[in-house]
Amino acid sequence: MSVDMRTFLAHVELANPITTAAGCASSGRELAQFFDLHRLGALTTRSITMAPRAGRPTPRMAETPSGMLNAVGLQGPGIEAFLERELPWLAQRGIKTIVSIGGGTVAEYSELARRLADAPGVTALEVNLSCPNMEDRGRVFAREGSAAAEVIASVRSIMRYDVPVVAKLAPDVADIVSVARACVDAGADALSMINNPLGMAIDTEALRPSLAAVTGGLSGPAILPLAVRCVWQVHAALPGVPLIGVGGVMTGRDAFQLVLAGACAVGVGTALFHDPYACLRIERELEELLRARGFQRLADAVGLAHRPPGSAPRHLLVDTEESTP
Amino acid sequence: MQVTGTVLTTRRVDAYHALTVVAPGIAERYRPGHFVSVAVGGPYTSMVTRRALSIHDVKSDYGGTVELVFTVRGAGTAWLAERRARDTLDLVGPLGRPFPLPRDPVHCVLVGSEYGSAVLFPLADALLARGCRVDFVLGGAGAERVFGAMRARRMAETTTLTTEDGSLGLRGKVTDALPSVIADTRADAVYACAPMETLRAVTAVAMEFDIPVQVAVEESMACGIGVCMTCVLPVIGDDGATRMVRACAEGPVFRGERVRFEDVGTIPFDALGAPGGGARHVS
Repeated sequence: MSVDMRTFLAHVELANPITTAAGCASSGRELAQFFDLHRLGALTTRSITMAPRAGRPTPRMAETPSGMLNAVGLQGPGIEAFLERELPWLAQRGIKTIVSIGGGTVAEYSELARRLADAPGVTALEVNLSCPNMEDRGRVFAREGSAAAEVIASVRSIMRYDVPVVAKLAPDVADIVSVARACVDAGADALSMINNPLGMAIDTEALRPSLAAVTGGLSGPAILPLAVRCVWQVHAALPGVPLIGVGGVMTGRDAFQLVLAGACAVGVGTALFHDPYACLRIERELEELLRARGFQRLADAVGLAHRPPGSAPRHLLVDTEESTP
Repeated sequence: MQVTGTVLTTRRVDAYHALTVVAPGIAERYRPGHFVSVAVGGPYTSMVTRRALSIHDVKSDYGGTVELVFTVRGAGTAWLAERRARDTLDLVGPLGRPFPLPRDPVHCVLVGSEYGSAVLFPLADALLARGCRVDFVLGGAGAERVFGAMRARRMAETTTLTTEDGSLGLRGKVTDALPSVIADTRADAVYACAPMETLRAVTAVAMEFDIPVQVAVEESMACGIGVCMTCVLPVIGDDGATRMVRACAEGPVFRGERVRFEDVGTIPFDALGAPGGGARHVS
């Protein structure tokens, strides 16, 4: 008996809930050497910017306990080259693609949305809100509901109605629920969380920060509990909003935690650096865990941990009803 | 491809560690210059990044083995150094772009410093198979840090050794000995693998003699497969523009004169997409 792993991101159906996390699959071709990308629920691109970006100086990476810090600085070819080379390559193969965008102003996000609105092969648009806002002393958009909402409202008004707009939220905020609510009110069809929280490491030999950029985004299993908490809080407040749970997922059991907290899709990031086949393995392990617990559909497990104490899991209730004549 | 390899033998080579691992798929596809990435720390480890290791030798016995050379630099490589025969290792490879080989039987000087020399031996085998003349210049801080001196002597026409403390061969750096070796052997090409500073000096020497130089860089990497974007360095492309390219995917072998060694660790102002650069105001 196989488990029905299909999931919906707003109205878009994905064959399974596992996606790559933004910035962890580069252009897609690198992973295609290892496995057929069609086996992903969706591929999320790195955050595409208007102009080509060289990124931050090296060292850009430092390993930390159960995680790593990165400060890549959205290195990428810019929207022109992306539309010319990278997106068509994915579109021709029919790979479900969530395009992530990043900008420094609301106008830049809007322009990116305009360029992508008519491009074939965009399954969904993910708005990376953890970019410094040039018009607000470089504070990131995700920091504040109103700044995030302004970007989302503008992007939503430009994108075609049938392409869901996903807001990617940062955990470095006092109240993630209020930012999530502001994004949903502004028209976000789904939310993705969490982006990397900021961290820092110091090289005790060189006696200076390990990263050239001083601080960097922390990723890896160290941040899984943070992701579970954010997904839990937002699902509790906004139960109807589809959530992509991202953050430190290394195994199917980690993905299952996010699903039970309320995520209907799960992004895999740092695990890909360790194991190029991580997405396939995690999907298999998640299906196995669901089957072992008697689930017939992934959808039955989404947010299940929120049920009141003492009540039986929904999917088991359904089972007994069906067996009674 | 990903392979779960079994450790066949472990040994110390001077100051370095060498592991021979049965990894048929990797051995089969290997070409000189390729590297592998290894997961460290076992299944429940807190170390999430792989370690990129150079391949010193490939043999066809047991279906295909690779010999990996490394030095202990931290917890990950310390764990690797504790592996024993019959332990398993999670390898991904072969990765990167291999050394381009000359079509004609030319004279090649192979320059290696510390354990960077390891990758030069399979290269020397390939060059010798093409009828090239091979000469080695190997160096290190001290005698025990010069990798593979014995093997080089067996393979090469001449082998020049240098140590900074003078405990073996000439006192000095590989680049101090290189000009006379190039002149004596009437070399047509140079291949090098060493720390960045040495590669810069090797490239300068080769350019002075106006001969091509291929360098294999040692950048720190997190993934080794081209997705994490952390191992970048500024390299001049065919169109003359500088780009921040990945040592793992576009490298690790580059034409020496294309690498902007003096700008490694920075984003040169004229690199494609550099902050404040002309390309920024495209919109």
